[in-house]
Amino acid sequence: MGQKLEYLKETPSQTAGPYVHIGLAPGAAGFEIYEQELGWDMAGPNAKGEPIRVEGVVLDSTGAPVKDVLLEAWQANAEGVYAHPEHIGEVEDGFRGWGRVITDFETGEWGFDTVKPGPVTGRNGQMMAPHINLWIVARGINVGLNTRLYFEDEAEANAADPVINLIEWESRRQTLIARRCERGGQPVYRFDIRLQGDGETVFFDI
Amino acid sequence: MTTPPKPGEFYQRDRRWHPPALSQDYKTSVTRSPRLPLISLENTASEITGPVFGHKDIDPADNDLLRNFAKPGESPIGERIIVHGRVLDENARPVPNTLVEIWQANASGRYRHKKDTYLGALDPNFGGCGRTLTDAEGNYCFRTVKPGAYPWRNWVNDWRPAHIHVSVFGTGFAQRLITQLYFEGDPLIARCPIVNTIPDPAAVEMLIARMDMNATIPLDTIAYRFNIVLRGRRSTLFENRLEGN
Repeated sequence: MGQKLEYLKETPSQTAGPYVHIGLAPGAAGFEIYEQELGWDMAGPNAKGEPIRVEGVVLDSTGAPVKDVLLEAWQANAEGVYAHPEHIGEVEDGFRGWGRVITDFETGEWGFDTVKPGPVTGRNGQMMAPHINLWIVARGINVGLNTRLYFEDEAEANAADPVINLIEWESRRQTLIARRCERGGQPVYRFDIRLQGDGETVFFDI
Repeated sequence: MTTPPKPGEFYQRDRRWHPPALSQDYKTSVTRSPRLPLISLENTASEITGPVFGHKDIDPADNDLLRNFAKPGESPIGERIIVHGRVLDENARPVPNTLVEIWQANASGRYRHKKDTYLGALDPNFGGCGRTLTDAEGNYCFRTVKPGAYPWRNWVNDWRPAHIHVSVFGTGFAQRLITQLYFEGDPLIARCPIVNTIPDPAAVEMLIARMDMNATIPLDTIAYRFNIVLRGRRSTLFENRLEGN
């Protein structure tokens, strides 16, 4: 058999279950325990760029809203820089670009406030259109699902985006485009996620 | 000045090692599992980077579930345990300074959650969540009570083995992982439809914490050891750039 490769195997995933809030958003589970919960302030007080709100619902194959989802968002700042030591560039003081939201227990609606990210340099220097990376866990989801939210009003950048263009079925690309509307003068992007069936959202193996 | 080694992409996730999205015996997965194939993406900055946490984000006492919700001078009921281990990557390198969060039922199998209506009693001194950052060698440690088994609606007589939910970040968003820790010797493990979403018994073994008498505190708290492995990263062996290892 030859020499042994001494790599470890990744710990296998298990569902987050229906009570994920206890660990990751205890206030929503119904009790106060931590001085501060993490992930509620994505952009911080000094973020440049356009303040936006992102909203949606996660639907199962029957069209019913999934009411025990937790989503995490990861995005660059308005200049296209991630708040991470390996990404070249500076972010505003207090900008983290990471958020954590849960769905409303009655309606399944979720939403977060942030700033619109800028385009990010991708592989081989190709520019990626502005996007927010999403990770979705819930009861019944065995391995967290990764997707990307792109913006309706970035049609030109979206058309050239190397990740969107990986999706062979052009009709499916639309599942990654958030629709823009305005509410009280603030831009709101609507991004509904369909786990299965008609209009199934594109999920990535990253 | 020397350039530090430049790690590249994360190794591809072994999807046959993880549970498939659809597992018939875990009924909730049936309507919540994508049917179309995932689109495989070579990592970009969006996947290689991820949130960074520091000691300002959490309190050092957040990892002590015996204390973090208890009234002064009181303790939760149940077997006092330590859960400790290391967070490593697939290259067996420690993952330092990464956020580990846990949540669990109390000793009677009841969760402190407004949606849990199980008959098991709530414990006024037990919240059921904790969090910590790994140290420079990737070590982490929690003190808690051993959770109880509890029934759940799947088939009519399904019981979850005692378990602790574990969430880990790593350094990149592609490493994000949620899993569950089980306890050595529990006969419910083999019967559990959620455990059995994992096809390979060797993968299930990675989720079973072992009793660790050497880390046990005599006359006080019994220890279990649970190592966590996150995806590893390529070294950029053959790239046009010459830096790297």
